[in-house]
Amino acid sequence: MQKRVVVDPITRIEGHLRIEAKTSEQGAIEAAYSSGTMVRGIEIILKGRDPRDAWAFAQRICGVCTLVHGIASVRSVEDALKYKIPKNAQLIRNLMIAAQYVHDHVMHFYHLHALDWVDVVSALKADPKATSELAQSISSWPMSSPGYFADVQKKVKTFVEQGQLGIFANGYWGHPEYKLPPEANLMAVAHYLEALAWQRDVVKIHAIFGGKNPHPNFLVGGAPAPISTSPTGAAGGSAATATNIVTLLEVGSIIAKMKAFVEQVYIPDTLAIASFYKDWFKRGEGVGNFMTYGDFPEKGMDDPSSWLIPSGVILGRDLKRIEPVDLNDPAHVQEFVSHSWYDYTGGKDKGLHPYAGETAFAYDGPKPPFDQLDVDKGYTWLKAPRWKGNVVEVGPLARVLMLYAKGHKPTQDIANYALKKLDLPIEAMFSTLGRTAARTLETKIIADQMQAWLDNLIANIKGGDVTVHNPERWDPSTWPKEAKGVGFMEAPRGALAHWIVIKNGKIDNYQAVVPSTWNAGPRDPKGQPGPYEAALMDRHTLAKADQPLEIQRTIHSFDPCIACAVHVTDPHGEELVRIKVR
Amino acid sequence: MNEPATLGEALSRRGISRRAFLKYSAYLASVMALPASASQAIAQGLAKARRQSVIWLSFQECTGCTESITRSSSPTLEDLIFDLISLDYHHTLMSVSGDAAEHAREAAMKENKGKYIVVVDGSVPLKDDGIYSTIAGITNLQMLKDTVKDAAAVVAVGSCAAFGGIPHARPNPTGAASITDIVKDKPVINIPGCPPIPEAMTGTLAYILSFGKLPELDHLARPKAFFGETIHDRCYRRPFYDKGLFAESFDDEGARKGYCLYKVGCKGPIAYNACATLKWNHGTSFPIQSGHGCLGCSEPHFWDQGGFYKPLAAHAGVSAPLIGAAAVAGAAAGGAAAWIARRHQQRYLAETEAIDRSVGKDKG
Repeated sequence: MQKRVVVDPITRIEGHLRIEAKTSEQGAIEAAYSSGTMVRGIEIILKGRDPRDAWAFAQRICGVCTLVHGIASVRSVEDALKYKIPKNAQLIRNLMIAAQYVHDHVMHFYHLHALDWVDVVSALKADPKATSELAQSISSWPMSSPGYFADVQKKVKTFVEQGQLGIFANGYWGHPEYKLPPEANLMAVAHYLEALAWQRDVVKIHAIFGGKNPHPNFLVGGAPAPISTSPTGAAGGSAATATNIVTLLEVGSIIAKMKAFVEQVYIPDTLAIASFYKDWFKRGEGVGNFMTYGDFPEKGMDDPSSWLIPSGVILGRDLKRIEPVDLNDPAHVQEFVSHSWYDYTGGKDKGLHPYAGETAFAYDGPKPPFDQLDVDKGYTWLKAPRWKGNVVEVGPLARVLMLYAKGHKPTQDIANYALKKLDLPIEAMFSTLGRTAARTLETKIIADQMQAWLDNLIANIKGGDVTVHNPERWDPSTWPKEAKGVGFMEAPRGALAHWIVIKNGKIDNYQAVVPSTWNAGPRDPKGQPGPYEAALMDRHTLAKADQPLEIQRTIHSFDPCIACAVHVTDPHGEELVRIKVR
Repeated sequence: MNEPATLGEALSRRGISRRAFLKYSAYLASVMALPASASQAIAQGLAKARRQSVIWLSFQECTGCTESITRSSSPTLEDLIFDLISLDYHHTLMSVSGDAAEHAREAAMKENKGKYIVVVDGSVPLKDDGIYSTIAGITNLQMLKDTVKDAAAVVAVGSCAAFGGIPHARPNPTGAASITDIVKDKPVINIPGCPPIPEAMTGTLAYILSFGKLPELDHLARPKAFFGETIHDRCYRRPFYDKGLFAESFDDEGARKGYCLYKVGCKGPIAYNACATLKWNHGTSFPIQSGHGCLGCSEPHFWDQGGFYKPLAAHAGVSAPLIGAAAVAGAAAGGAAAWIARRHQQRYLAETEAIDRSVGKDKG
């Protein structure tokens, strides 16, 4: 077997991901393999439980995009039971999902992705005064004085001189692929620290409506957060519940802070950093097919015309033709396991729709400890989902392209503005940095909607409508004996859906097909590589094989979430879970 | 490179005043309910230390515990990693991947032999030789054993590392085990929660750095400062419980008035955690304040306790008249509730052990 470059663990992601790459003598990647190396079996655990409890289990699929599985789960139960939720609950969910986007995308950029482009050690050489001039030339953000950057630099210098580099140890500092001038590096390091502090305020929106973050609470049939109707006589507080006029005003001020950071820090930084790495707008896309399910309803999930993000599929980079997606059609979404550590009763080459999905652990990988995977067999705990047999990419790039293709004016305006600033054509979006830039742009598109949702919520309350939960279908005695439904959403990382089958008030089958499974999945029976794999095979050459910075850049541009991506269902009962260990 | 400075020197070099530092120490002492004199000791302890090497291992987890620690308001994560600890290995935050990452872990173990702290989030799958989770080609069990061998102490953060958590929920498909199931020869602290309150994690770490010893722990190895009382005992809605005023369903008139959530499934009476006092996200709220009952996520095997919306009475042996009695007996019922809560916990643990035994059988 030819020796491959192995990167395991891939760090600065959620979860456990391994990449193996076959390279030429010059370091060009000829074949790449993406492997999820951890499984828990949450869908097996969900079987037989109360569907109203499912959101809490499903939410623990991931603590980074912490609310998305909770939302998809309650929507799946509501779809199955034809359960309408109140207007206010819809607005609260929109606000919570939007807060998740802004939080997730900013943290991804600064804390998970930035160090692929930013050389922390180089920041020590920066001139604080020149850094201040740079910062002020691209933004009106007030934290930009020479003294401020001198303080940040001193903090980093002291840290480095202490000799304990901690999370920055063994960094690829000085790698020839780092192209930013010292001043841009220092500015980015300052914003890395600012973003850590800023995000603590953003998540207060989740704490107000959901009681805590990470893992805020949800409720089938609406929102759990009743709007306070009285001061609490009992404990002497100013309001009986966390949702009240004072906290709703606080939500408004948090939205203002979010927008300010996105407009004055995140967007200018993205454009400034990207301008030094324009060659990364020419590689790293790979597949050319994109899919969205749609989200952010003005009215309800059953009224697609009111969604902010539309649904559809773009094939072969053709923005003129949008194919419709039907999550209930067995021919649309199918999952394959020919290169995964699972078995199907009908054979490993078949594709199964999630309602009929089945999974049995069938590990045929090497016995640990191992150096290399056998990629001719199974090589991951991820399945390979396909849309009508096509590999599709999901996520911010898919959404921005879909909005752009469908003529959404704010998207076209901001995308054209960014491309003009960088002097790039629209085709540049089909790339590693196109994906990263799309994430930044959609953050503004979504943040800009939030104040209107909050205004509507406050207007409803002032008009006397304080309802956040519909009790009609709460009691299982009101449910049909059998029901099935699909709950979908646009998670920050892309299109997400949960399929549920309910029998006699209990979960009979539960299946989640998540964004990182679409993107990080392995080859299918036809040998088509998944989006990560195809992206790495798109014009990547490693300057230094022992410092795989180029692999990190493209993988991180997808914002991997691997705990999400690995999931397991077994519709026929646990006795079918077979284990084969060589 | 200069000789590593002590923390006191480092802080004064960074221009952090002694006054600010003492203020922080006093805050920490108050969060952990320590006597006033302790703040001086914390300040001295922290000022002496070279940054403590911490190796953070992530196994069967969702990264919620890491996300949570980034929300800590005091000390903040930045305070921790720049001033108090040297976070030498942490998948989500470290800059390098692959071999370079593993070398950082090995170097930290060598340089700080016998002195480093291992923090673990996530459970460890034991079934089928551990194939259900590998990092760098080795099993989680092996990485845990190798790393813990020369550690001073182990801190299991989150309910998965502390008690097995969601991977351990029935039918435990991967044979997930907690850290205390595996590590028997080192001190282990459990900081459960799904996720834990961030200040419970940062506060416990700061305590160990300050005093060079573990804080006082309960019978489940949880720091008593954060897990000494039930949420019910400290809940702002407790007076409604004592008066017999309950939300009968979600979003009813009682719910909007902030009545007790006992009847819609709140597990506050059997959950030992600090949510009602410290609250979440810089004191913004906590689950009950936002209208949803407590899930009891700091307790062993809370996933398998019969449903989040079933009132405790329905499955944990509280008879309905007791609630009526609480309404009549007023304050006296408070003591009774606490007694009931403790009794529940014992039942809970007995059940838990039974689950563990059954899982233990199919290990290996």
